[in-house]
This record gives sequence, structure tokens and C-alpha cells, in this order.
Amino acid sequence: MSGRGATARRLVVALPYLWLMLFFLAPFAIVLRIALSEVASAVPPYQPHFEGFSKLGEFLSGLDLGNFKTLLDDVLSGDSLYGASYLYSLRIAALTTLFALLIGYPLAYAMAVAPKRWQGALLVFVVLPFWTSFLIRVYAWMGILGPEGPLDKLLMGLGLTDEPLRLLNTEAAVLIGMVYSYLPFMVLPLFASLQKFDRSLLEAAADLGATPLTAFLTVTLPLSLPGILAGAALVFIPCVSEFVIPDLLGGPDTLMIGGVIWNEVFSNRDWPLASAIAIALLVVLVLPLVLLQRARVARERAA
Amino acid sequence: MARVGRGLKGLAAAAALGWALIVGAPAEAQNKELRIYNWSDYVDPEVLDAFKKETGITVVYDTFDQMETVETKLLAGKTGYDLIVVTASFLPRHIPLGLYAPIDAAKVPNLKNAWPEIQQRLAKYDPGNKYAVNYMWGTTGIGYNVAKIKERLGPDAVIDSWSILFDAEKLKKLSNCGVHVLDAVEEMFPAALRYLGLNPDSKNEADLNKAAELLRKMRPNIQKFHSSEYINALANGDICLAVGYSGDILQAKKRAEEAKNKVEIAYSIPKEGALMWFDSFVIPKDAANPDAALQFIDFVNRPAMAAKNSDFIQYANGNIASKPLLSAAVRDNPGIYPPDAVMSRLYTITPYDQKTQRLVNRLWTRVKTGK
Repeated sequence: MSGRGATARRLVVALPYLWLMLFFLAPFAIVLRIALSEVASAVPPYQPHFEGFSKLGEFLSGLDLGNFKTLLDDVLSGDSLYGASYLYSLRIAALTTLFALLIGYPLAYAMAVAPKRWQGALLVFVVLPFWTSFLIRVYAWMGILGPEGPLDKLLMGLGLTDEPLRLLNTEAAVLIGMVYSYLPFMVLPLFASLQKFDRSLLEAAADLGATPLTAFLTVTLPLSLPGILAGAALVFIPCVSEFVIPDLLGGPDTLMIGGVIWNEVFSNRDWPLASAIAIALLVVLVLPLVLLQRARVARERAA
Repeated sequence: MARVGRGLKGLAAAAALGWALIVGAPAEAQNKELRIYNWSDYVDPEVLDAFKKETGITVVYDTFDQMETVETKLLAGKTGYDLIVVTASFLPRHIPLGLYAPIDAAKVPNLKNAWPEIQQRLAKYDPGNKYAVNYMWGTTGIGYNVAKIKERLGPDAVIDSWSILFDAEKLKKLSNCGVHVLDAVEEMFPAALRYLGLNPDSKNEADLNKAAELLRKMRPNIQKFHSSEYINALANGDICLAVGYSGDILQAKKRAEEAKNKVEIAYSIPKEGALMWFDSFVIPKDAANPDAALQFIDFVNRPAMAAKNSDFIQYANGNIASKPLLSAAVRDNPGIYPPDAVMSRLYTITPYDQKTQRLVNRLWTRVKTGK
């Protein structure tokens, strides 16, 4: 290979790394630096302890983990605001993922088995909501779920309920909004993996005496597992740190970690603690994913 | 003075903040451009048009609905604005940081119209009235749906006390028709403290804990803690009571009248007293066009312009010369220009220090989440 080809190839490989450095690692470093700072009455409102690499030794000897300690003390206190909202965020994200899977799987399946000429149109329908601003769609849900909104009117008109459900500003409203907003992220990878699925395997299963249910559970489901995992990750991760939906559709008791970080920055003017919470969130989220990935690789090697 | 949901505003603020941190200063504004940052729905658009027409200055007008957004922008560094309307109780924290440029009174001849009593109360936050010029002022009280309150509490019911909120027995009767309160510690804690007979400006931990205890009791019957949604909710007849800003509640009343939806809204300043606040013009130290900002302050302090603004937004202004020019509906409305006896019961507050701020915010979060 010529020298120029190698340079070009390196350049192409370097680009994504450069992107990650610039838009992931650098902001992370900034946040970490703030997390290791102290609140100050100043512009910006913190006093960094890390003042540059020339003073690295000095910095490490006097490393201030005060914000992380505050966080840990709070979580260990048993009466924790941060711990409770971390757990609550995980709970909402898990429920959203579950419902998105329950709704998304049949949807993706139906799309995958639909005639080829329809599939393009069906795919467009799934992606169509993205053409309208996400915020406007969440606002629309405020109208639908609101007091005397269309949903209540419909349910009461059908005689299903006697009085308004008052869904807005409840956990149910948050879940509805989240499942609605993140459903396409579940459907698309599921569709991709189900579309590749060779349906003659089902015929073979039927020939061997499997009922449709058994065939689904032992053939289709395991083969679509990569799609399920990809969809679940795409839904779960952004849901944990979701801020807008719980803020607009939720009530005072649906406090997720995004809202807590907002409070720290805007109400408490405590950027360092907010940064520490964000980093703790990253660790809580990333560690299990890394472990999961390792287990998967190990399993594949063993197989 | 507030409209958009917190989410939108939060997003916008966060985006702006990130941008400011990355890029630093926004592009230098041109000489003929004035960038204003004000509360939403807080000016008569015709006044802006008149200013543009007379001076030839282009006005870029952005809005916010929570002081915290503005403060965070200010603390992040460059705001990119020439003129900002801030609530006075934040000034003692900002002035020592050198965030603002002093007002050059020589360039604002219409300051002669300033209302001495308002100036004097404002001086508590800005000693010598050096950095801030009052724009509007108002109170934080109770807005309610007259018909729904009568339906729940009886035909003779009057809303004239904080007890409707802090007496659990009374509040319970309203729980299924909707009660909103402001999501703002600096409004709610002073009200609770005052109701308990304590100093509304108390920074004492024991006092604040007592106030939080009282606030916690109202929690089960509150539908929403929010600083702007109550305007529409009241106007549409969706809720029957809201703790909110005077002018916002009167705007809800006006909207309901215009919509002819038979919803009657009233505003009450509780007899125990209410918080009096001041929104004032300040010029950030790094403003690109401070002269245009001064010109604008002078323009809106012409008595006719101040009256026009107040008539439109239903808040009292700090310009005494505008009073005769106000429409009678605004001037004679005790919710906007309270009589002297009520004025004397209004209290003001000073900002929390960092430690107390953390304490009240934590207490408030517990009130809201009910945990």
C-alpha cells in the first residue's frame, strides 16, 4: 500500500476519535474539573482546585472530593434526596423500556412480516413523528392528558370512567410521554433484526412439531435478542437522564435525576455538586453496560 | 410575568450556558441594536415599536420566566444583553460581584419621575439606587375562581387570609378543584413564616424548619408547583386557587373576560401581609450598547409610556408621574395599587446566603415530593 493511502486511512480512522475527544472527552473533563471545585460567590460560581498540569502534584496531594463525599454521605444517610431520585430515574427508565418493548415488539414484527412493498411506507410512519419538534409533541400530550382534555372526554363518553382521570402531572403521564417519545428507538433496531430473520426456520420448527408459541419462544425471540438489547439500551439510557418530559408532564413527586441537577445549577447555584451528580450518574450507567459488554464478548468467545 | 414551561426555558438556558462556555462572547452587537432580556409578557409591544420608530434602534427582545435562569446566565459570564430586568432581591448578591454597570443618571432625565417610596424600598437592595432603576413592582398573593370558591366554601366565603392555604381543613375542601402554588422558595417560605407570626425574612434554621413543616401540610392538596402555568389554568377555569404574582393573576382575569368563558377571577392580598417585589432595569457590565440601554430606560420612564405599559400588563410601575395617566381600572384596582393601609402590611425580603439557600431548597424539594 502506498504511503499516501496509509495516511488517508489514518485520517479517516482519526476522525471519529477526534469527534469523541472534542465532544465527549473534553466536556467530560470540564465537568470533572467543576465537580472537583468548590462553590464560590464569583463569576463563574466555583473555585477550581485544579489549575493546570504544571500544578498537578500540588492538586493531587490536596485532592478535594468534597462534593462526591457530600453525595455519598447523603446516599448513605437513608433519608437521601439524591439516592431516591437516582432510584426513581432507574425505575421510570426500566418501566419505559419494558412498555416500549411490549408495544414495540409486535409493531416491529408486523412490519417485518408485511409485504416488502409496504415496509418502506411503514418505516416512514414510525419515523414521521420526528418531523415535528419533540417539545411540541410533549406539549400536545399536556393537552390530551389535561383536565377535561380529549382523553377524559373520550373515556367518559364511552362510559369507561365516571369522573376525569386527572392523569396530567402524575407518574402515569410521565410514562405515557416517555414510552411515546422513545418508542421509535425500540422499533427500529427490532425491525432491523426481525427483517433479517429467516422465516423458513419457523417452518422447520413447525415441521418438527413446535406450536407457534414454542417456535416463537425458542427460535424467533432468541434470534432477535441483539435487536432487543440494542433497542433497550437506546431507550433506557436517555430515559434515565430525561429532563423535559417529567418536568412538563410530571407532578411534584416525579423528581428524576435530571430535575435534581437542574435544581443544583439553577436554584442552589452549586455547579460543583451538580457536576458531581452528573459524573456519579455516568458511572452508575456506564459500569453495568461495560460489564454487560464484557460478558457478551466472553460468551461469544466461549461459543 | 411568566409563561413558558420550565422545560423549554431550562433547555434554552442550558443551551445558552453551554454556548457561552464554549464560544465565550457572542458577536459584538452593532451600535444600532439593543438587546433586552425581560420577563415574558412584561411589556406593551406598542411601546417597543414606538421606541424603535423614534430612535431607529433595532430591539432584540428575549424573555425568561424564572429569575434563576437569568442569574445562572449572569454567573456564567457574558450574557450578550444590554439591558436586563431583574428582581431586586437578587441584587445584593449580584452587585458585589461587579455584574452591573452603574446607571448614568445624567443620561436618564426622566428619572425625575421616579416614585420616592419605591426608590426608598429599592435602596434596601441597591444602596443609593446606583445600579437599578425600577420598572414594575407587585405583590405575591392569592388568585381564585370566584364561582368555584363559593360553590365549595359557601356563598359568603371570602378569601382574605393565608389560612385558605395553611389551614388544612379549609384547603382540603378545595383539593378536588385544583390548587397551584408558585415553585419559588423566596415566595413561599416568607408567606409561611408570616402566617406563623415569624419574621418573613428570617434566615434562622429553626424558623425555616417550622415554615417547611407548615408547607408540608398543604402538599397533599396541591396539584402543581409551577411559576407560570397557573395563569392559563385560572383563565380556563381549570383550577380554583393559585398563589401567584399580582399582575399574572390579573392577566388571567383579563384573559377570561376576553374569552367570555364566564370564568371570574379575583386577586387578594392576604390580611396577614404579602411579599412586595420589584423588577428593575440593570445594565450588565459587559453590555455592548449601554447608551441605547440608558435611552430605553429613559423612554419607558416617560409618564405616558410607563402608564401604557402598566395598563397593558396590569402591574404597578415605579413612575409616580404616570399615575394620573393610568386607566381608572388599573389605578383604582387595590390589587395593583394597594391602599396605604395594605401597603404598610407588605413585606420585603433579602437574599439567602449559600448555606441557607441549600437548606431552603432541600426543605422545599421535600415539601414538593412529599417525602
